[in-house]
Formats: sequence, C-alpha cells, structure tokens
Amino acid sequence: MSTKTTFTGHRGLVYEEPLIFERSRDGACGVDLPEPEGVASRLGGMERQGGVGLPGLSEPEVMRHFVRLSQKNYSIDAGFYPLGSCTMKHNPRLNEKMARLPGFSDVHPLQPQSTVPGALELMSELARWLMDLTGMPAVAMSPKAGAHGELCGLMAIRSALEARGEADTRTRVLVPESAHGTNPATAAACGFTVDAIPATEDGRVDLAAFEAKLGPDVAGIMLTNPNTCGLFERDIRKIADAVHDAGGYFYCDGANFNAIVGRVKPGDLGVDAMHINLHKTFSTPHGGGGPGAGPVVLSDALAPFAPLPYVTSTGGELRLVEDEQSSDADPFGRMVAFHGQMGMFVRALSYMMSHGSDGLRQVAEDAVLNANYVLASLKDVMTASFEGPCMHEALFDDRFLKGTGVETLDFAKAMIDEGYHPMTVYFPLVVHGAMLIEPTETESKETLDNFIACMADLAKSAKAGDKTRFENAPELTPRRRLDETTAARKPVLRWTPPAPAQAAE
Amino acid sequence: MADTKYTKDHEWVRVDGNTATVGITDYAQEQLGDVVYVELPDVGKSVGAGDEAAVVESVKAASEVYAPISGEVVEINEALADAPNGVNEDAAGAGWFVKLKLSDASELEKLMSEDEYKSYLAELD
Repeated sequence: MSTKTTFTGHRGLVYEEPLIFERSRDGACGVDLPEPEGVASRLGGMERQGGVGLPGLSEPEVMRHFVRLSQKNYSIDAGFYPLGSCTMKHNPRLNEKMARLPGFSDVHPLQPQSTVPGALELMSELARWLMDLTGMPAVAMSPKAGAHGELCGLMAIRSALEARGEADTRTRVLVPESAHGTNPATAAACGFTVDAIPATEDGRVDLAAFEAKLGPDVAGIMLTNPNTCGLFERDIRKIADAVHDAGGYFYCDGANFNAIVGRVKPGDLGVDAMHINLHKTFSTPHGGGGPGAGPVVLSDALAPFAPLPYVTSTGGELRLVEDEQSSDADPFGRMVAFHGQMGMFVRALSYMMSHGSDGLRQVAEDAVLNANYVLASLKDVMTASFEGPCMHEALFDDRFLKGTGVETLDFAKAMIDEGYHPMTVYFPLVVHGAMLIEPTETESKETLDNFIACMADLAKSAKAGDKTRFENAPELTPRRRLDETTAARKPVLRWTPPAPAQAAE
Repeated sequence: MADTKYTKDHEWVRVDGNTATVGITDYAQEQLGDVVYVELPDVGKSVGAGDEAAVVESVKAASEVYAPISGEVVEINEALADAPNGVNEDAAGAGWFVKLKLSDASELEKLMSEDEYKSYLAELD
C-alpha cells in the first residue's frame, strides 16, 4: 500500500479532524456589537473576569467539524454490520418520518395530559402489541435500555419476595455461564448473590446441574433465550417449571427476542419478566451507544409491582398514573424522571404496524435463515462451536487458527481492511477465541455470499501462513492498528488546554 | 524455593511459613493477553478456598481470581494498580496478587503439584 505522506496530514478527502477545542479561535463566534456608550455597569463588581472555556468557532466551522466526525461513523446504513449479540436491524425510513411528526417530536414531558392524548394512545397501543407478541398480561414501558429493564424485572421480583416475606431468605440468583455480563451485574446490583450454572457440551443450560442448585434460598433464574451461543434452550419449559416449583421467579433476558417474534410467546414458556430491546427487536438506529428502550413484560405474579409511571384506561379515557396514591396496584417505585423513550416508542410501533404480525414473524424467520446460511457456508472453513441449526447468530471459535500465529483479534482487524465491520469477538466466554456473527435480516443473498467469500479467503490466508495480511491490520484505515493495551492502561480521557501564552488580564 | 501448588483455574500458591502467596499462572496470563486492570481485595478480608479473591481484566475479558486456599488477606501487590503489565511480565513471581495468612494447611494437599499441573495443561491443548 502507499506510504505517501501529505503536506496537510489529510488522506485523500478523508480529513484529520482535530478536537473542537483545538479548532477554537478567540472571537470566532457570536455577534459583534459596539460597546454601549453612556451605560454604567449594574453588576456591582460581579462582571465576568475571564472566558468560560467554551470553544469558539463560526457556524460553518462547527458544521464541518460535526459532518466530518459523522463521516467517520460506521452504521448499518453504510454497510454490512454482523455484530453478534447486538442485532443491527434495518431501520426503515418510515419510522423516521413518523418520529418527526410534530405531534410526537414536539411534545414536552411536562405538558398537561389533556394536551397529549395521542402520545398516551401510542404508548398504550405499543404496550398492547408487546403484551400480545409475548403473551404476557402486563408491561412496564419506562426502562431505558436492556440492562435497565433487567433491573426493573429484578426489582419487581424483589418486591414480590418482600410481599411474601421471603426477601431475606431468598438471596441467590442463578445465571448461566454464557449469559450477558449485565445479568450477573444486575442481580448483584439488586443485592442478590450470583450462582453460575454450567453449560452442556452442546451449548445449553445443564439441566441436572441447574436442578441441583435449586433450594429455598433461590430468588430466581436469569436466562437468555435464544442464548448467547445463538441456540434455543430446548429445556426452557422444564427450567421454568423447576424454578417455580422451588418458589423462585423466571427472568428471561429478551435481548435475542428478535429471533423468535411471531413464533414463540415467552408467556407460554413460563416467563415471569422479560425485557424487550425495542432498538434491537423493533428497530431504531443504536450503534455508537444509544438510544435504547427496554420495556419489561411481566407475569400476573409480578404485574402488581410494575414501576411508575404507567398508562391506564378509565372509562375509555387514557391517563398516566404518576404516583402511588393514584395507583390501585403496589408499584415498587419509579425508575426514570419522565415516561420512557418516546422517540423509540414511535419507531417501534411504526415498525410493528407497517410489518403486521405476519411481517414481524417473517423478520424473525429471515434473521434465522441468514444466520444459518452463514453457519452452513463457513462451518467447514472456520470452526463452528456447536452443531447447527442456530437461531439468529452463528458462533465460531479459533480452532481453525490453531498453529497459524493468527488470533481472533488479528482476523477481525483484517476484516476491516476488506471493508467489513468485524463480528463480535471473544464473547461469549464459553468458547475459545469466539467470533459471533449476526447478519441483519434484510441482507440479500449477494451480500452474504460476498461476506462468506471474504471470510473464506481470509481463513485460507491464515492457514497458508500469510501472516502479513493480519499482524498489522488494519492498514487501510485512517488510524491503523490501535494500541488497545495502552489505551486501556493509560486512557487519556480529558483534553488539557495548552499553557496560555500570556497571563490573563 | 518453596513448593508451588496449582489449581484447575490456573492460580498458583506458594507457602512460606504461615504465609501463602497467590498469583495466576503463566498459562493464564498468556490466555488473557495484555492485562489492563487488577482489582485486589482489602487487607484483612477473610476468604474461603474457591472464593473470589481478585479480578483481572485484559483487553479480551475480565476474569475472577479464586483463592486456592482459605485465609486472611495480609498483603496485596499494590504495584499492580499502576503497572498491571507486571502480571504479563512475571506471572509466577513479581506479578503475584495477594498474600494470605494460612488457616488450614491441609487444603494444600488437594491442589496440583507442578508436574500434575503441566500434564493438566497438556490435556487442555
């Protein structure tokens, strides 16, 4: 590749963009007004003595700064995004059009309820869809993301245990080894102790080991289905019955609900609480950290403890219940300042209504079909960790790289040079050097074939000992291979202004 | 040099008098990759055999370090807070994690000897 350096530091039309503070110039922003004449200050010596430390740029400079940064972002709208466990869903433009309707985008959370009946109806209608699709009798709409939803579910479980007088004795939560890290973290944050359940050879919960761990001190189980290996937990009914017989509750992590929408109702599986990542399962752009929304569906046993606020109907009129006095249930409290992630509610309901229940079922089926196509095409080239068929994501490990000197990380970095955002790596922890591939449900066969061909070509290079393709990759990106170790050990988290050239006045 | 014992979770323990020094093995640090953070317990904490004693975080993953034997934490390797790379550089020596005051020396008998650990590693590959 070219080692040409440039006078400007830019590469082609890819700009080296400094921080906005580094671009700042005194006097570049604001409006020039003449000094007022004949006016005495009435601030009594409280006038500002120096700058406030905000960057100074003109409007076009600000525009260019943020446009350039946005061009460095990678998104599902730009290309294939096979990040496992994250569900990069296609985001139809219709959702955006709906979310921008002034009646939704311009409402304020403190507006009188009488002025926003449409917003309340939308929340109520979305809740109805969620309850119908999951077969559950209640839903808490306010949690703001998956892990927040987990917290909501576990707080409801804790409240139910308190109501039974067993909060002090039921202190243990069972979590499978392959769980999302947020599951044990949530249980611990709620004051429970975490007990790991081992997996079987075929990547499912070890039922015998699970049953052996049940006892009078078990508050419940947190289980992801389909699980993080991309596999359906076949024994889920038995697990639900066993935990209920032992007096515990069943929290299902719904992060992978997108694989089973329209085919399986979690209510039929014996679930007591499950969060639904609206941004994954019912679309909304969420790369780069947000936003999220994680409504939690609840069983009859937990429904009375659902948090405030919630929408209810009296005599056909919708109203928002915002405090315990006006609630006829036993809410455990409030988790958010306002009412939930309204912009995502609009997008999710648009997605549901434009697809219909049959369309949502097909979305799930296409996601599973795509993942199985990748699994079947690559299982002899790479090493599949478990026998297929899989659900919405295909899990590989690094056995095919053994002895090549190339590791999972190098393989992922070389994919970037080829124009592919890497899959999730080193997760789940239950297999060595994991590579978890989740293709978006809308990808065409042509896109998948190109990706598969590229993966096969990289695997062939690695096995042939062509380490140069991997060891310094990526080489074609603005920044090359990052020093992740130093970044983690000595992170630079704060911009420090250069020493002033002269003392302030 | 005192006798070193090993666990299946790749911790080592070396007893000197009444004090047991605990760390992770060279195999463990190699599997983890570059260590970026080590969380150590408070001095004075009592741990049982198999309890979580520390957390080690690498660029790949965060893992628990379990106490191979029970005892009270009498000293922690403060140097790892600023230089977690010590674990990568000398896992079996300067990269130790905690020192425990031994409460039950017979627990050591349940652990693997160096030869046993080596054949255990050979099986893993």
